[in-house]
Amino acid sequence: MVQLVNAAFNGLSLSSIILLTSLGLAITFGLMKVINMAHGEFVMIGAYMTYITQQLFLAALPKASMSLYYFAAIPAAFLAAFALGCLTEKLIISRLYGREIDSLLATGGLSLVLQQAARSIFGSQGVNVEAPDFLKGGISAFGCTFSYNRIFILILVSATLLAIWILIYKTKFGSHMRAVMQNRPMAQCMGINSRRVDNITFGIGSGLAGLAGCSVALLGSVDSTAGQSYIVNSFMAVVLGGVGKIAGTVVGSAIIGFSGIAVESFTSSSIAKAIVLIIIIVFLQRKPQGLFTIRSRSLDE
Amino acid sequence: MKKEYLAALFISLVMAIQAAGCSSGSAQASGTSAETIKVGLLHSLTGAMAISEKSVRDAEVLAISEINASGGVLARQIEYIEEDGASEPSTFATKAEKLIGQEKVATVFGCWTSSSRKAVKSIFEDYESLLWYPVQYEGMEQSPNIIYTGAAPNQQIVPAIEYLIDEGYSKYFLLGSDYVFPRTANMIISAQLKAAGLEVSGEEYAAMDQTDFSSIIAKIEAAKPDVIVNTLNGSGNVSFFKQMYEKNYTADVYMTMSFSIAEEEVAAIGASILKDHLVSWNYYQTTGTPENEAFVAAYKAMFGDSRVTSDPAEAAYDAVYLWKAAVEKAGSFEIDKVLEAIRAGGITFQAPEGEVAINPENQHLSKPVRIGKIGADGLINEIYATDSPVEPDPYLSTYEWATAAGIRPLE
Repeated sequence: MVQLVNAAFNGLSLSSIILLTSLGLAITFGLMKVINMAHGEFVMIGAYMTYITQQLFLAALPKASMSLYYFAAIPAAFLAAFALGCLTEKLIISRLYGREIDSLLATGGLSLVLQQAARSIFGSQGVNVEAPDFLKGGISAFGCTFSYNRIFILILVSATLLAIWILIYKTKFGSHMRAVMQNRPMAQCMGINSRRVDNITFGIGSGLAGLAGCSVALLGSVDSTAGQSYIVNSFMAVVLGGVGKIAGTVVGSAIIGFSGIAVESFTSSSIAKAIVLIIIIVFLQRKPQGLFTIRSRSLDE
Repeated sequence: MKKEYLAALFISLVMAIQAAGCSSGSAQASGTSAETIKVGLLHSLTGAMAISEKSVRDAEVLAISEINASGGVLARQIEYIEEDGASEPSTFATKAEKLIGQEKVATVFGCWTSSSRKAVKSIFEDYESLLWYPVQYEGMEQSPNIIYTGAAPNQQIVPAIEYLIDEGYSKYFLLGSDYVFPRTANMIISAQLKAAGLEVSGEEYAAMDQTDFSSIIAKIEAAKPDVIVNTLNGSGNVSFFKQMYEKNYTADVYMTMSFSIAEEEVAAIGASILKDHLVSWNYYQTTGTPENEAFVAAYKAMFGDSRVTSDPAEAAYDAVYLWKAAVEKAGSFEIDKVLEAIRAGGITFQAPEGEVAINPENQHLSKPVRIGKIGADGLINEIYATDSPVEPDPYLSTYEWATAAGIRPLE
């Protein structure tokens, strides 16, 4: 029983981490159809922004208020990745719309440039991001320990999902965004500045990656290749869930997270990885469009 | 048209930056080529292993510049040619061939991972050249054209387990990254524990790029070991220890003994997380010899105050000085004469870790073994050391349990 509760929580936690790193991709790849190979690097930038904020607080504030750095790091990570995302869209992506393969190559190059930049600035050795005091340790119940950090990530993911839902379905910008993604020429005829919508949408997707970086900085290594470890799972979650549906990404992440933990409990981690991939392959052969498919006239292709 | 032009420009820019990143740098020491002798440095300056190999490369550069400042080797200044192995064994092989064939270097200092060493081994043997390999490894190898300056298994792994047995730990959990070093190391450790009549309560391997260790930690919780023997490498260590710590598991709950965590890794993981955990090496930055004081000071002066020295860096530093000693004994840079001098025995160096000597039979070093405990300041403090240097035994042929278990190299 204890092991089951533990495994269930671990599965939920892994799903939430995968979901957090995939949400940005669900927007840039899912909605905008841009295959952004540099998505992992935006996660890395978020992680490094957390480190920078920590160092700034260390230098400027007394030790007692150190833990507060994390509250500043979350918006800082989002904004830095958002700004860089907007810039990337303006300089590279916007010139390559409708040429998926070219934008894949260009963002692949951008990913290498950003990794090398991180190495040049911060060195090739990873940096140390320390968890704030209130996220250290965990709470014990039912004979297992639930770490505060993982509970925090669950809350963060839920809040982010809610924010995205409000943004897409309840705001004016959200309706513009949906209009542009679903029928670009028509939206343009209605007077929507589609270039600006594209730019900000891509920025938001990148910003969400930065937000994810802020969380994974507490779980693992912060170095120039930090984002690479998450990118494969993210793409899988988005494709599995069905490109273009945020709800699909949620379910996709849950499938990968829970099945990964379940299989690993009985086998080893290398075999678990292989089995999860087989599950995904079989699944996509039966439902090539993913779990959730969009039904609309303009997308009947 | 303009858009396409810009895209092409960007892609070529990306390629140019990549090419610049990969190209080899060569550093010119003072003097003309008539007075210099060329040596090769072959480490990963890019890719996943660059994190670790940078410090080793830096220690070699430091030793070379010190030797040059004190008059060089046989009155010739050392000029180093640097090639980037890019964390890719096949690249290591090509670059090794380039250094030996084209640059005609007198010797090469290089490699870190066992896979990169295995990739270049036959090249050094075919060209009858000489490689100095500076990192502790799993043993089970002895090439006539390689000098191993890191620890053999009986100088790191075996004494660490002996220490744990003496301390009364009885239930062991083996955790490692999924590649040749951890798997061979765990084969050795299992045989050693079996011979001592002790229990291995679990053995798990994590993929190199694994970021989530919750399943492995759940298995550790179920197995309830006294001590975790950790052969994880690279960023896996950071994830594992951070995720252990967030479940309140400190050294009091689960003690760990690690073989790949040196001072640099402690800095990246965080000293507060690793406090009181055990490691096994031959050298620590805190090692109390006058040679070490000078080494640490010189290293910090050359590469910055925030840098720390580590066991592999020290072994790489020793390698350059041992090569100098061998060349001077041979009175020549010719590789067969240098190897002859090494095989005649008596090549020693008063190293920061204490005196080291090249064993003429198996070309590994005799070295002192030190068990260390990680302190809250991020440095490692010695808690146990052998009285005298331990002779290298890469095949563990002097250990009955090892020969009985028939441990063989994994290829």
